[in-house]
Amino acid sequence: MDKILRVNMSDLSTRTEAVPKEWAGLGGRALTSAIVAKEVIPTCHPLGENNRLVFAPGMLSGTAAANTGRFSAGAKSPLTGTIKESNAGGLAAQQFARLGIKALIIEGLPKDNKWYSLHVNQDGVSIAEETELIGKGNFAVVETLEARLGKKTGVITIGQAGEMRMLSANISVKDSDSKLRSHGRGGLGAVMGSKRIKFISIDDSKAPGVPLVDAEKFKTAARAFAKAVIEHPATGEGLPTYGTAEMVNIVNAAGGLPTRNFTFGQFEKHEEISGETLRETIIARGGKPKHGCQPGCIIQCSQVYHDKDGNYVTSGFEYETIETLGANACIGNLDDIAAADYIMDDIGVDSIETSVAFGVAMEGGVLPFGDGKGVLRILKEDIGTGTPLGRIIGNGAGHVGRTFGVTRVPVVKNQAIPAYDPRSIKGIGITYATSTMGADHTSGYAVGTNLMGVGGGVVDPLKKDGQVELSRHLQIITVMLDTLGLCLFVGFPAADMPTCVPALMDMLNARFGTDLTPEWIGGLGVNTLKTERAFNIAAGFTNKDDRLPEFFREPVAPHNAVWDFTDEEIDAFWNF
Amino acid sequence: MKLTIQLFATFRNGRFKEEQKEFADGITLGEVVAELGIAESEVGMALVNGRHATMGQGLDDGHLLALFPLLGGG
Repeated sequence: MDKILRVNMSDLSTRTEAVPKEWAGLGGRALTSAIVAKEVIPTCHPLGENNRLVFAPGMLSGTAAANTGRFSAGAKSPLTGTIKESNAGGLAAQQFARLGIKALIIEGLPKDNKWYSLHVNQDGVSIAEETELIGKGNFAVVETLEARLGKKTGVITIGQAGEMRMLSANISVKDSDSKLRSHGRGGLGAVMGSKRIKFISIDDSKAPGVPLVDAEKFKTAARAFAKAVIEHPATGEGLPTYGTAEMVNIVNAAGGLPTRNFTFGQFEKHEEISGETLRETIIARGGKPKHGCQPGCIIQCSQVYHDKDGNYVTSGFEYETIETLGANACIGNLDDIAAADYIMDDIGVDSIETSVAFGVAMEGGVLPFGDGKGVLRILKEDIGTGTPLGRIIGNGAGHVGRTFGVTRVPVVKNQAIPAYDPRSIKGIGITYATSTMGADHTSGYAVGTNLMGVGGGVVDPLKKDGQVELSRHLQIITVMLDTLGLCLFVGFPAADMPTCVPALMDMLNARFGTDLTPEWIGGLGVNTLKTERAFNIAAGFTNKDDRLPEFFREPVAPHNAVWDFTDEEIDAFWNF
Repeated sequence: MKLTIQLFATFRNGRFKEEQKEFADGITLGEVVAELGIAESEVGMALVNGRHATMGQGLDDGHLLALFPLLGGG
């Protein structure tokens, strides 16, 4: 039987609850947002006792279906002040699902100054005091817990940044190579740190597994789904070959590659940080050009990056990190960016927020543009140890801009805009402006349609026409992906392959014994977006927060594109 | 007339990264793609001077072409 685990850090109690009827048909993001909306006071301080941190696996997580192992974390975000859902790969979603855990809800704050850990297994969840790992980085946490609890233990952890409640702090999840995947965006690591939980360990060795109402139907549908993913050129060929860094040359050619803190749309050293170069470098050094963020991934867009001597540097090396450090901070050198990626994973900061914060810091004169070694030094010696400079940068791009008097600060709702300039790729600009999460490319990835025509043809990235409708459609569909536990990139075959969505519906129905139709997807998306927006409005947000920063009205080369949407045009997003 | 052609991702295999080539006046984008041995259906994004172009678009001396297979996702 599925259950909800609840932890109260104020009185250090735990309990197991039945799943209320209203939550039974939800998972992932739809569930974390429903729980946060119901149980968290919208005006509460995100680091105070009234915020709650919720984890939920996707509805299809833990099954044998491909790419269904995304894990959702939700809370009120200390970075944005909005509701937040941030999802990650790794092992935890599948472990939770196999243990029959629909959600883990952590509430309250300890009354003392001790640190704690949680342990999840077939009997529920327990709390223990933790001393040994306090002050340690995420890799040390994983290593120590594997020695303490066995190689197979699952781990959800925060680094030093989370302990210090920095607003860029992420929550990391152990993957099958004992490396990390992260709930990156929105500072949820600071919420976990505020509750003084260093890590959550998971033992699923006695897990009952995921029951299927119709196992045969599930198997057939899962096969059809996998076929659609493999046969789509983006998920079957592009991503496995070049990783997400394939976007460097694409976005550069289209003139939307944020460069020098969003001053230009193209970077002269784009080839040096491109997916093509990344692949050649990885192969020449004996790394792995293909790698999955979760067991059962058939896309394999991740990779393992080695240094010149063939030693491991980092994995899960994403376009957004490479772009925002490589072009936007002008570092232009994959080795420095990879080294920074590793440190960010270890100290536990969002590699998008932090990299964009460095771009703003460079404009503010803290260090020169292109100073890769300076970035590494500040990450290690300042952010990792919590010096005043480290705390300023570790609190994100908006904080850095305010501290150093910079006006070119690429944030929406105080969350950093990632690696696509919204002036030259306008569909993603609408997503940045309207997302309930603050600037978040994954909440409605219009780039695929703007540049590559995914979903039935190119919507011209330089024109306003059709962008609001595109972003709305994608944001609704993305809720479904985030709720089922699906990888974001399933959105490509879902848009282009007619067999994909029916296969997803068949899997859901075979798993739960339901009769859901594709219309259910629209309803789920609409309800969840409206629930999230209602939370934000109750927290004090208005339409005026759905805006891009003023500097985007200035033209950006090479197209001299400007952000020219009116307030009314943006607000029409919510007409549904 | 002279065109600069940039190829990306798998289009580089057995071809080139960037070359300047001579073409007959009035050639279309689709004809250039065909001369390169690339099927139109394989093209995910075709840019002429950084802007999206259709296969029927006529080209002028000095144009910069950028051709990508269907990729997508960051």
